[in-house]
Amino acid sequence: MSETEYVLELKGITKIFPGVKALDDVYFKLKPGEIHALMGENGAGKSTFIKVITGVHSPEEGEMVLNGRKVQFNHPTDAQKAGIAAIYQHVTCYPDLSVTENIFMGHEKIQRGTNRILWNEMHKEADTLLQQLGAGFSPKTLMGALSVAEQQIVEIAKALSVDAKIIIMDEPTAALTKNESEELYRITERLRDRGTSIIFISHRFEDMYRLASKVTVFRDAKYIGTWNVDEISNSDLIIAMVGREISQLFPKKEAVIGEELLRVEGIGKTGYFADVSFSLRRGEILGLTGLVGAGRTEVCQTLFGIEQYDKGTVIFKGKVLKVKTPREAMRLGIGYLPEDRQKQGLVLQWEIGRNITLPTLSKFANKGIVNSRKELDIAKRLAEKVSVKAKSVFDLVSSLSGGNQQKVVFAKLLTAELDVLILDEPTKGVDVGAKSAIYEMISDLACSGYGIILVSSEMPEIIGMCDRVAVMREGRVTAMLDRQGLTQEAILEASMDDGASAPNTDGKRWAGA
Amino acid sequence: MKPRLLENKKDFTLKDFFLQWEWLLVVLIMAVFIMNTNLSEYFLDYDNLRDATMGFLDKAFMVLPMVFIILMGDIDISVGSIVALSSVIMGDLYNHGMPMEWAMVVCLAVGALCGWINGLLIVKFKELSAVIVTLATMIIYRGIAYIILEDQASGKFPEWFKFLGWDYVGNIPFILITFAVFAVAFGFLLHKTTFGRRVYAIGNNATASRYSGVQVDRIKIIVFTLAGLMAAVTAIFLTSRMGSTRPNIATGYELEVIAMVVLGGISTAGGKGRMIGAILAVFLIGFLRYGLGLVNVSAQMLLIILGLLLIFSVAIPQLKLRFTTGRKA
Repeated sequence: MSETEYVLELKGITKIFPGVKALDDVYFKLKPGEIHALMGENGAGKSTFIKVITGVHSPEEGEMVLNGRKVQFNHPTDAQKAGIAAIYQHVTCYPDLSVTENIFMGHEKIQRGTNRILWNEMHKEADTLLQQLGAGFSPKTLMGALSVAEQQIVEIAKALSVDAKIIIMDEPTAALTKNESEELYRITERLRDRGTSIIFISHRFEDMYRLASKVTVFRDAKYIGTWNVDEISNSDLIIAMVGREISQLFPKKEAVIGEELLRVEGIGKTGYFADVSFSLRRGEILGLTGLVGAGRTEVCQTLFGIEQYDKGTVIFKGKVLKVKTPREAMRLGIGYLPEDRQKQGLVLQWEIGRNITLPTLSKFANKGIVNSRKELDIAKRLAEKVSVKAKSVFDLVSSLSGGNQQKVVFAKLLTAELDVLILDEPTKGVDVGAKSAIYEMISDLACSGYGIILVSSEMPEIIGMCDRVAVMREGRVTAMLDRQGLTQEAILEASMDDGASAPNTDGKRWAGA
Repeated sequence: MKPRLLENKKDFTLKDFFLQWEWLLVVLIMAVFIMNTNLSEYFLDYDNLRDATMGFLDKAFMVLPMVFIILMGDIDISVGSIVALSSVIMGDLYNHGMPMEWAMVVCLAVGALCGWINGLLIVKFKELSAVIVTLATMIIYRGIAYIILEDQASGKFPEWFKFLGWDYVGNIPFILITFAVFAVAFGFLLHKTTFGRRVYAIGNNATASRYSGVQVDRIKIIVFTLAGLMAAVTAIFLTSRMGSTRPNIATGYELEVIAMVVLGGISTAGGKGRMIGAILAVFLIGFLRYGLGLVNVSAQMLLIILGLLLIFSVAIPQLKLRFTTGRKA
């Protein structure tokens, strides 16, 4: 029927955001009735690629061919009309409406003339779709009462209701248990057998081996290659995803490793992480890595008193640590640089100086009355120490660049007398110049005797900076690597599900995954 | 890397200085004075001004802690009910034989307790907004006041109790002196202490404050307790001026208090505004009300004017923003 072999072909797609090439000359071909896996590290360009296919972004260069015809999508509705639907990891739904209403949102069945909604017809059709997908719930159920897995089935039904020929699934299994994933595999295969083409994005090798016949790999916004799944080995695939060389230089200085500061023994928090153990010594930089949602941030937040762990013990400087608030943690000597500096790290509407002194305000006060002169002195000295680029400490933090904002958050940590610094993605959203300044600062801090936990998803950063690295996957520490054994391949292997690993603890979904 | 030296001084421009909200309030107060002087030749008389002030200062005590609450991005609509409850309890205890001094102490304690309960509920049930929590306690506190007095009035207080609301120290009203002391204390607390700084931090970004070691919950509870306490201070002065008390006193006070705070330039989004603005707003609304009373404008008309002033006060910063950023909303 169709003249070409492919339903969808993308040739030489390039997408440029201010200052960044998010996609650089990328190719992709999809056959009818094919499940095609798309793989790559965080930031490899997968998400941007999907947004190009679904019409959210228009590419600067390249062409897109749908069923042999060249197309150009200027709006998501264009893609929808062309039969392309996307299902995301975090289901976007209306929890207080019924399944039927969610399925038909935006294209309700309406009686001509009276504009009356044809509820019976809609419920009937929704029921048919759900039965085709083997769902065991009624279309009249409230969306919010369903599990994430069931909500995804509704999303698939929604795609089918608009007669989608191409369905994109973006990490659909990330929030699912083993059994739920199996169910999703079966549904996906049923769709394939009906002739629907599926682009399947996942970090799990297991998903790819189980479902896909082809795999395409992106790295650093570039197209690396496409293989038949049964013709490529696991290790070749990892090399394709990671590349070999570490291009960036890190100013890691050798620090004197001192006594043990922190020992974490088998701590766990139900539903988030389990059985996490590691230790940290003075002068040491301990990396904590793994995929986003592996539980790294949650572990750090329990050490800082934002959350509480319910199993295991933490020994800090020889004493059992059980902090209930960040204030207690800081008083004992643990500081935390949060992942989201704008929401968690800074008061954006405030001046640089006031931000710096906020954690230790009492130190600049006599009986609760702030000594402005003393406060100003310290703020100025610390802002200069971390070399914030600004006119004065009275500049508003919101006027600074990402890198300079991050330096202010660092300065906040330096006001207190701390022994352990937990740095959660300290270079996220920071330009290259500021990045190397931050690396230098981290290295200096280690040399001056802090014990540092560096949480990061960026492998070159982890490899370039850390003395030891704990890799987490699905809430557990899966590997503890020394500086000698520290390679990208080793980290990636430990952070990804190789298909033979143990099932999730307690069968719970990992929140934040 | 060579450390860059930062400048030591803050930029000061006359334009920024005069573009402050408080100047607008000063201008408005002057306008009200001019209007009132034209309405009554006796208005500018010292005795007259003094007595006018005594008439509206009772609720001003609640404005002071309300500034803190709105700065934190919260609201408390139960303060009017707290006035009624603490006043009714004070009157009832006196009528049952308790000395007036002790009844007043109990009054203050009841107010503080009511505020503490508000704060505790807001901190413990984070999914409920402060409006909802204080709406509930507003109904409950007023309800308890009705149960205690059952639509009766309580009165016949000792002669000296009248002094609080009606008398002078030298030639200055006692209530004005008390308010001035409290206003200075609250202004100092807000602008000069670590406590006040943390209130501003919470109002701007509660999450970042928590991550910076600020005890957000504790500060909220203290502020709401202060609001209850000051409502009880209002209760004492109001009862003194009325000479008796009923369960329906101070109805609608909460709205007027909130209106004064907002008109004073304290942003309902939290984190912005100064104590002096709210205090100016107290006098602006007070003298406006007095002036309109001189020409027998009805109470309803006054409410309409108050409402318009409120919309005006919320709209002006928006218009200013649009003006300074090139007419974009």
